[in-house]
Amino acid sequence: MKRSLPTPVEEMNHGTALLWKRRAMAGLTAARCGLPKESVAENGASPRGKVLTIDTMNPTVKMVEYAVRGPIVQRAVELEKELSEGRKKPFQEVIKANIGDAHAMGQQPITFFRQVLALCSYPELLNDNTFPEDAKSRARRILQSCGGNSMGSYSASQGIDSVRQDVARYVQQRDGGVYCDPDNIYLTTGASDGIVTMLKLLVCGEGLARTGVMISIPQYPLYSAALAELGAVQINYYLNEEACWSMDISELQRALNEARGHCNPRALCVINPGNPTGQVQNRKCIEDVIRFAAKERLFLMADEVYQDNVYADGCQFHSFKKVLFEMGPEYSNTVELASFHSTSKCYMGECGFRGGYMEIINMDDDVKAQLTKLVSVRLCPPVPGQALMDLVVNPPQPGEASYDKFIKERTATLSALADKAKLTEEVLNTVPGISCNPVQGAMYSFPRISIPEKAVNEAAGKGQQPDMFYCMRLLEETGICLVPGSGFGQKDGTYHFRMTILPPTDKLKILLSKVKEFHQRFTKQYS
Amino acid sequence: MQEMSAHVRTNQMAALTERAVRIKRMLEQGVKKPYKDVIDVSWGDPHMAGMKPLTFVRQVLAACCYPQLLDGDNLPADVKRRAQKLLRCCDGGSVGSYTNTAGIPAIVESIAQFISQRDGVPADPENIWIHPGSQMALMNILTLLVNSEASPKSGVLMPVPGYNTTALSVKTMGGVVAPYFLDEEHGWALRADELRRALTSARGACWPVALYVINPGNPTGHIQSRKSMEEVIRFVAENKLFLLADEVYQSSVYDANTEFVSYKKVLCELGPPLAHTLELASFHSASKGFLGECGLRGGYVELVNMDPAVMPYVQRLFHLASSPPVAGQIALEVMAKPPQPGDPSYPLYKHETEHIRSTLVDNVKRVLQVFTRLPAVSCQPLLGGGFAFPRLHLTPKAVHKAKEAGMQPDMFYCARLLEDTGVFVRPGCEYGQKEGTYHIRFCIMTPADVMEELLRRLSTFHLQFMKDFS
Repeated sequence: MKRSLPTPVEEMNHGTALLWKRRAMAGLTAARCGLPKESVAENGASPRGKVLTIDTMNPTVKMVEYAVRGPIVQRAVELEKELSEGRKKPFQEVIKANIGDAHAMGQQPITFFRQVLALCSYPELLNDNTFPEDAKSRARRILQSCGGNSMGSYSASQGIDSVRQDVARYVQQRDGGVYCDPDNIYLTTGASDGIVTMLKLLVCGEGLARTGVMISIPQYPLYSAALAELGAVQINYYLNEEACWSMDISELQRALNEARGHCNPRALCVINPGNPTGQVQNRKCIEDVIRFAAKERLFLMADEVYQDNVYADGCQFHSFKKVLFEMGPEYSNTVELASFHSTSKCYMGECGFRGGYMEIINMDDDVKAQLTKLVSVRLCPPVPGQALMDLVVNPPQPGEASYDKFIKERTATLSALADKAKLTEEVLNTVPGISCNPVQGAMYSFPRISIPEKAVNEAAGKGQQPDMFYCMRLLEETGICLVPGSGFGQKDGTYHFRMTILPPTDKLKILLSKVKEFHQRFTKQYS
Repeated sequence: MQEMSAHVRTNQMAALTERAVRIKRMLEQGVKKPYKDVIDVSWGDPHMAGMKPLTFVRQVLAACCYPQLLDGDNLPADVKRRAQKLLRCCDGGSVGSYTNTAGIPAIVESIAQFISQRDGVPADPENIWIHPGSQMALMNILTLLVNSEASPKSGVLMPVPGYNTTALSVKTMGGVVAPYFLDEEHGWALRADELRRALTSARGACWPVALYVINPGNPTGHIQSRKSMEEVIRFVAENKLFLLADEVYQSSVYDANTEFVSYKKVLCELGPPLAHTLELASFHSASKGFLGECGLRGGYVELVNMDPAVMPYVQRLFHLASSPPVAGQIALEVMAKPPQPGDPSYPLYKHETEHIRSTLVDNVKRVLQVFTRLPAVSCQPLLGGGFAFPRLHLTPKAVHKAKEAGMQPDMFYCARLLEDTGVFVRPGCEYGQKEGTYHIRFCIMTPADVMEELLRRLSTFHLQFMKDFS
């Protein structure tokens, strides 16, 4: 039986190499392949007779075209190593402002959460009187809901029942009383797990009927990578940089109309507050997006992991679910929506626990059955992450022993972030050639940078995107690791970088002044 | 018996689970039943069944979550040392940070050393990927192998009876499961002639790309002989298949005359050219064995002899899950590097692991004793693994009654067992079995008293059931 060759697939990314912002494994050397003795042929050719080669591999994996060994992140790791070995550099330390990892940058965890997690891990500590009573009672409640009273038991694949109920209560309260059905809550391994699962569910069809998914440009590259791996069609809609990165319905319409020619658009992904943009959508905008999704029959995916990270005056987080229901039954009974949240961001910053949930609204019953099957295949989300999510949605209340400390820590973290957001915007806007939209929320700044023509040409000569060229130079000269805008997508001919606002304030100030100096130096050198 | 649609079967599987949940709730609410609790042995989950976690693991985990504990006097020195070592490896000194996609390098290194010590062959940390559970790591490797757009579809040879989650994974990614039958009469052995038959048969329906083996077996409890493993290796080499070796039960060996040896070790000892060319992925996890930490989601895959050009794509796939949960990584660290003689925690660790070991060895003895005495049920030797998978010799009357109820006979048996005794086991039809044979699967990783009670209720029920349908 003849085996058909996989059809070549068009470059789906926005004409640019995507940079994967997660840390690449340092020093991966491709030549080492298992057992001690080398078997690569002398001329470097791939050993013959392999079952799994580039040619026999699932072709959709090949399409995941992001620079996995993120040259910039890998180089940053190398530089760290060199510094630790005593090599002289024009900087004392590498500052990694590339990844949204708050604890890595020194943010402190919430004491109460860690106390409860310790108690759940080692219940003997329930006898230790250095732990407050409210932490102990939370721990007992969580343990009771675990099989065998242990976090080591599998939970149901949709997540621990009582945690899902607590999440539902939280959502209901957050959204001003709009009912939340615990049955619609799925606990996930970080929000990424939920997002990828939903995309798996949505993507189907062949050729012109292949599922298309609308994603913002710029976007968080998990979306483009997942779409590439699933062989879905990526439909880009541009955010409006001039209007503080807001969503523009006419632009959504344009993108959709064009896409209808070559795929079957089924979903619209929105990140609010935005990554990398930091934009917080206003209520009217959310309503407009919902109307658009309703009109065009699109499944709405609302990534809301930064929902507590709102800093700018006049900005407020509005959940898509709340707005949907406040628009009345014409919309709330029909628009299909999945909202995502996580323990990795906000004031918790607990990326390593992989806690998250998604809420599914108006999903067809048969599809829900499929979803249940899909999540069962990965067994269950990590129980410590589920426990942590439970605490996030059910934090200390006024009157409880840990309340004051909890509020103090949460407020300190969020206000520090707000200050740093402001500082970043202000400093960057003093640099000629850098223009930075207000960081209304989330954890990043995505300023536009001007790159002189000479530099653009030199970058081209090296086969690099201009902003990658810029960021690599910045890294080598200052030790500061940022991510070039080409990794997130941007309008042709524009350049950006994304930096986090997470380093401690004093370090952030140094970082910003170094970036300023570098930019001026770089501009002068290439003028 | 008529072939039942997959849809109906799935519904019945879910129905059995839901019934168990319902009965548990009813008992909690004080509803009177002929039994005081549900004995849930439907999962390979030791903690759910009542086994305790290892103290050292949990102390280290607690100290990593809440480092203030390191200042107190309640934790042994080696716990503190280990927690400090791990916290130093975490960015910002916090287990809340992301880690490298493949796991914290020091932990990956510990795993490499564990593998090297186990096999007497060096393991390269660069070929080891920690992931949230071995099943998810397996899914990533399958994603590389299974081409859902191809015609014919990619096929994976999988054992019958076999763990149904893995088969479901293959199907959800558009692959075909090509079954090979294990030989029940010979202790559920894997026979080379059966592999050949299965492959020939598969070639008509799909393009076979991989062979999946699970050793020690789930649900069978079989441990392969070295000879059998060598046959498998030669078979995959001859037929250009990728070998997927699920070895998560490697610490669970109960028979005194049996030894677990890893596929990697057997491969290595076969020497070149096989040892240098045969592609192998071995999976292990902190979910089974002495740790039993299913909920922490700590697993890993070791890739052997992969084409170097493919490795960047492996990395990309693992990236989509960002980084593995740190709690699971901590469990793997302790699994790979447990307390050693001389360490303050060693005596307790030794005591706990020996207790677990002897409990399970005794459970296996009791299970085999009971099934030897009971009529109409037989059980192959339980060499290792996490389950018993006895065969039910049901009467035609029972089979007929099941058919009338629209159920597979062993599902019918399990539903009645649950209802009448509160014992929750799973039917063999969920794992696959030869036509006309019926089995049940239950977890044997339970405390001794739970096993005793389970066997008591099961025996009573079985005798009554056989009488009712004689």
